[in-house]
Amino acid sequence: MTRLFSQSVNVLRKDLLMDWRSRGRALSVLAFAVTTLLLFSFASGADDPNPGAMVGAWLWLALLFASTLALGESFRVETEDGGLEQLRLLPVDPRALFFGKALGNALLLLVLGALILPLCLALFRAEVAGSWPTLALTLALGTAGLAGPGTVYAAMTAQARGKDVMLPLLLFPLVIPVLVAAVKATTLCVGRDPMDQLPSWLSLLAIFDLVYWSLCPLLFGRVLEE
Amino acid sequence: MLPRPIREHGFAAIGLTLLAIGSYMGLVVAPPEKYMGDVGRILYIHVPTAWNALLVLTFAFFFAIASLVSRKPRHDDLLHGAIEVGILLSAMLLIQGSIWARPTWGVFWTWDPRLTTSAIMLVTFIGVLGLRSSVDDPARRASWTAIATIISWTNIPIVYFSIKWWRTLHQDFSTPQTVASTMVTPLRINAFALLFLSLWLILRRAQLSARQRTRAGMNTAVPAASTLTAGDP
Amino acid sequence: MSANAPAVEAVGLSRGFGSRWALAGVNLRLAGGRSLLIAGHNGAGKTTLLRLLATTLRPSAGTVHLGGVDSARDPLGARRHVAMLGHRSGLYPELSALENLTVAARLMGLGDGRTRALELLEKVGLAARANDPVREFSAGMKKRCALARVLLQDPAVVLLDEPYGQLDPSGFDLIDRFFADCRTQGRALIVATHLVERAAALLDSGLVLSSGTPAWVGPATGVPAALTAALAK
Repeated sequence: MTRLFSQSVNVLRKDLLMDWRSRGRALSVLAFAVTTLLLFSFASGADDPNPGAMVGAWLWLALLFASTLALGESFRVETEDGGLEQLRLLPVDPRALFFGKALGNALLLLVLGALILPLCLALFRAEVAGSWPTLALTLALGTAGLAGPGTVYAAMTAQARGKDVMLPLLLFPLVIPVLVAAVKATTLCVGRDPMDQLPSWLSLLAIFDLVYWSLCPLLFGRVLEE
Repeated sequence: MLPRPIREHGFAAIGLTLLAIGSYMGLVVAPPEKYMGDVGRILYIHVPTAWNALLVLTFAFFFAIASLVSRKPRHDDLLHGAIEVGILLSAMLLIQGSIWARPTWGVFWTWDPRLTTSAIMLVTFIGVLGLRSSVDDPARRASWTAIATIISWTNIPIVYFSIKWWRTLHQDFSTPQTVASTMVTPLRINAFALLFLSLWLILRRAQLSARQRTRAGMNTAVPAASTLTAGDP
Repeated sequence: MSANAPAVEAVGLSRGFGSRWALAGVNLRLAGGRSLLIAGHNGAGKTTLLRLLATTLRPSAGTVHLGGVDSARDPLGARRHVAMLGHRSGLYPELSALENLTVAARLMGLGDGRTRALELLEKVGLAARANDPVREFSAGMKKRCALARVLLQDPAVVLLDEPYGQLDPSGFDLIDRFFADCRTQGRALIVATHLVERAAALLDSGLVLSSGTPAWVGPATGVPAALTAALAK
C-alpha cells in the first residue's frame, strides 16, 4: 500500500516535471481552450440578452475539447522514444502508473479550468452569485471525471491506429454524465440555486469519479500489456 | 444429436416462431391501448427490444470479463458478437422510440432519459467497435475490447440517472406491472423471441470470427519446444 | 534468489503475432557471470526473444524465470532482476540525463540515487552533459545514457539489443568493457547483435535464430560460421 502510494507519487512527480519542462505545449492547450471560448462567444451572438445562462456549458465544452489534446499529449511523450515500455520494465505497479498519470492529467485540467474560468465569466458577462469553494469543488470533481477514464483511453489510442479520431470517439459518449452534471453544477454556482439542486449534481460527479477511479486502475495493467 | 442445420439455426427457428405468435397476439388479439389506441401496439416490439438491448450488452459485459480472465479467442468472438447485436438492438430501439414519440409527444426526439440513454449506449459501443478495428495484434485487441466494454457497460446506469435528473418526460408504462394482463403475454412472448434471435446472431457471429481465424491460419498449435538449449550446458 | 538457480531460464518460449509465430520453442539457461550471443538475420526473432525475457512482452507459451522468479506469476518480482537496453532509448526527451536516471531510481525504490547516477554518467562519458535535456543528445549519446540507466538498476540479468548501434569507436570500447564488467560483477548477459565477430570474441555461448526457431547453439566463437550456414539455407 505504501509502495503503491510512493510509486504513484513518483510517477506523478515525473509527469509534473515533464509538464513544466514542456510548458510551451501546455500553453498551446490553454490557447486552444481560449480560442474555443472565443468561438462559442461569437457563435452565441453579440446581442444575446442573457449570455451568462450558458457560461457553464461553454466552460465545460472548452475543457472537454482541450482535455483530448492534454490527454493525447501525456501519452505522446510516453511513446515518443519508448518511455512507456521502459516504465513497464521497472518493477512498478500498473495501478501506480494509472494513479500517477491520471492525477497528473486531472491537475493539468484543473489548472486549465481555473485559468479559463475568469475569462469565461468576463466573456459571457456572468458573475458568481453562489459560493466560490463549491465552484472550485465542481471544477475538481469534473476534471477528475474527465481525466480518469480519459487516461485509460489515451493509453490505448496512443498505441492504436487513427489515434486522433479514436480518443474523442471513445471518451465523449462516456463522459456525458460528467458533462451534464458539471455544467448543471457550474450554472447553479454562477446563478442561483433556488431548488437546492447542487448537492445532487455534485454527488453524481462524485459517484462517477469513485466508480472510474476504482475501476480504471484495476484494468490499466491489461491496457499496457503486450 | 440433431442434424447440423437444426442445431445451428434452432434458435432462429424458435425466435421467429415466437415472434410470429407474439406479434399476432399483440396486433390482433390484444385490445387497443387505452390512451394511445392502435399506435400503442408498437410497445409489443419496443419494450422487448429495450429489455433485450440491455440484456445483450450485459452478456457482452460478462463475455468481456471471461475474455480478460481466460484470454481464450472463443470468449473474444462471443464478446464481439454481443457488442454488434447490442448495437443493432440499440439502433432498433432508437428508431422505434422516434416512431412512437411522433404521435405520442408530437416530436421525433425528446430528451427522455430512456431514449437518450439508448442513444448514448449506441454511440458508446460504436466507439468500442471502432477501437477494436484500430488494433492489429489479436491478443491486445481482445484485451482492449473487453476493457472498453466493461467501462462502457458500467456507465449505462450513470448515464440513465444523469439524464433522468436532467429532464424527465417519459411515462411510466413499460413494465409488466403497469400493463393490463391481456397485454403481458404478447410482451413476454416477443421478449423471448428477440432473446432467441439475439442468441442466434451472437453465436453465428462468433462462429464467423472463428472461421476467419482458421482461414488466416491463426489456429496453429503452439510450437513444440526446441531440442536445443542455448546458454550454459 | 536461490544459490543454484540460473539467473535466467526460459523453457519452450513462444510468441505469436496474429497468424505468425515470431518466436517458437526457445530454451535458454544462463548462470550469473555468463554471457550469450544471439545472432540471426532481420526478423529472426532476436528482439522478440529479448522483450519476452524482459517481461515487456507476454509469452504465448513457455515460461521465463528471472533470478528464480516466474515472470508470469510474479511479474514485478521478476522485473527486479532484469534490465534491458533496447532499440529505443526509453528516455524522456524533456528531462535531462540526470533526471532520467533519478526518475528511474525513485521508481525502483532506490531513493533519489543522484550520487550513483552522476557516477554512472561519468562512467559512460556523459558527465559534462548530465544536466542537458536528452532532446539535444545524439543517438549515440542517448544510448550511453540508457546504458547508465541499465547499470543504475543493478540487475542480475542484462539484455542488450544491438548495443553497438549508433555508437562511435570509443562507444564500441565502452560496450566491450561493459561485457567484461558484467562477467566480474556476476551478471548474466544476453546480447543480440549483427556485429557477430566482435561480440563472439567476448562472450561465452551463442544462439542462432532462424524464423523464430533456434537453428544452432554452441560456443560463441562458432556463431559466425553457423550464421553463414543458416543464411545459406
